[in-house]
Amino acid sequence: MTRALILLRRRLVGSVFVLLIVVIGTFLLLEAAPGDAVDAYIVSTGGDAGMIELLRHRWGLDQSELTRLANYLWALLHLDLGQSVTFSRPIRDVILERLPNTLLLMVSATALSFGLGSALGIYAGARPGSARDRFLSIGSLALYAVPGFWLGLVLIVIFAVDLRWLPIGGIETLASDKTGLDRAADIAIHLILPVAALGFIYLALYLRMMRAGMAEAWRQDFVLAARARGLSRRRVVLAHVARNALLPLITMLGLQSAQMLGGSVVIESVFSVPGLGRLAQEAVAARDTPLLLGIILTSAVLVVVINLLVDIAYAFLDPRVGAGEAGA
Amino acid sequence: MNPLRRFLRTPEAVAGAILLAALIAMALIAPLLFPGDPQAIAGPALLPPFQDWSLPLGTDRLGRDVQAELFHGARTSLAVGLAAAAAALAIGSVVGTLAGFAGGLVDEMLMRVTDAFQTVPSFLLALAFVSVVGPSLGIVVAAIVLGTWTGPARIARAEVLSIRERDYVASARAIGMHPLEIAFREVLPNALPPVLAMSSVIVAAAVLTEAALSFLGLGDPNRVTWGGMIAEGRAVLRTAPFLSIVPGIALVLTVLGVYLAGEGIVETTAVRRGLS
Repeated sequence: MTRALILLRRRLVGSVFVLLIVVIGTFLLLEAAPGDAVDAYIVSTGGDAGMIELLRHRWGLDQSELTRLANYLWALLHLDLGQSVTFSRPIRDVILERLPNTLLLMVSATALSFGLGSALGIYAGARPGSARDRFLSIGSLALYAVPGFWLGLVLIVIFAVDLRWLPIGGIETLASDKTGLDRAADIAIHLILPVAALGFIYLALYLRMMRAGMAEAWRQDFVLAARARGLSRRRVVLAHVARNALLPLITMLGLQSAQMLGGSVVIESVFSVPGLGRLAQEAVAARDTPLLLGIILTSAVLVVVINLLVDIAYAFLDPRVGAGEAGA
Repeated sequence: MNPLRRFLRTPEAVAGAILLAALIAMALIAPLLFPGDPQAIAGPALLPPFQDWSLPLGTDRLGRDVQAELFHGARTSLAVGLAAAAAALAIGSVVGTLAGFAGGLVDEMLMRVTDAFQTVPSFLLALAFVSVVGPSLGIVVAAIVLGTWTGPARIARAEVLSIRERDYVASARAIGMHPLEIAFREVLPNALPPVLAMSSVIVAAAVLTEAALSFLGLGDPNRVTWGGMIAEGRAVLRTAPFLSIVPGIALVLTVLGVYLAGEGIVETTAVRRGLS
């Protein structure tokens, strides 16, 4: 327990430092953009030079870059991401409103790719070199080559346009006044296609990693010992080979979280899911740089938190992980 | 058995090589087969495939020749994939070598910056970068590199850490070679093989990212891209799904070819560790 705590503290300190680099880097990158929030605002509402001057002053845009960066960091400490021009609301509120949809999509897609991927990986790795092993390896590689957004469109053509089994997009039926379980079921039905499009792509990754890990584990002495003890093949595969191959996959869960978030940007756009990714696209279209900055920071924090959770889970699952190895 | 013969005996690797060769051929002959602007109107709008043999794959919403667009799109995908991978591998190995060889504070700083780049979802970073600087082919490549150089950097660093203690590095120090010269002339070349083994994955990722950016309307507007074609077809997905499906199949075959050929090369050239 204490070891896990030490590891957690060390990771937290490192994470804060990394997030600081992210904030400063992204701030400077977006500063390079031609035009600022006032320009974007004036384009949509109209206004004269005096108005522009006034707004620049009120939003602090007439100050130097460094002062504004300092102000931004100071505001961040109070969890204030600033005001969105396009939504005329605090950016934090807009993001918090969209975040649950993205999280739901990500968690479901991760569960699908991790669950099915590792199960198929065990199935393939139980008999290395067999026909089913080769078939699954190549099949998963083919799946990994599919662009998620295109898979999404193909799924729409098949299941929403031709068969009419599933809705074409959105997160729930609009203005249906559904509550409780009905609403949950409605959201679940809307999520089937986007989750499939996002999850199936990464399934291949877990399948291949599981398979590779099992091929490695088959050569270990403890597997030989287990077989020598006369354990059934099934037991050897599940309790010894697969179990040891599973640990690296858990680390992968954390590393993949950034990829998943990136992938959900396009998937949300294909299925019109009002999540963080769709918001990022709206921010790009409206040239709302502060909003884009807020979204990038939120995603970075999300990735850091997921990785921390994965590290903690790992420390509990694998007793060999000590605080000494944690710094690497 | 020599590597080439071993490569040719692996059916997956050969399939990958054939797919890649077809793609490269498409990219090279595109301007000969379809001279002129592939985005020009060539016939009636929304002509289905296999109807008119002068336009075998039909036309899109504006009457543009889908086959010509497909061939020219191969050029964009290939150019972006190769350029982005080359830049990512070069930047990654230089950063990784510097970090691993210098150690101490330099290593710490460079690795925290690498962490920072890996913490931001690379697609989001690419999206922000292109939207800030404006879409053009070079910017799209740069945006993809922003999110892909970190992998090679980590691998190069790990490799350099093991190489820098070897005898030939110590002897280079002993004869008074400049540390930077040791890093880039003695250490970096020896750290390259595992970094280069990543190239197929990076080319594939770059092709897919370019497609996704173009799909969202952030590709170079003056070039035909498969992602852009898929987005175009999306508007008529109900009536003419083939417009989105055909360029998608081209993308899948391209990426699959890169993976298969890459895996084949790595497996046949690397020293096999044990049997699997």
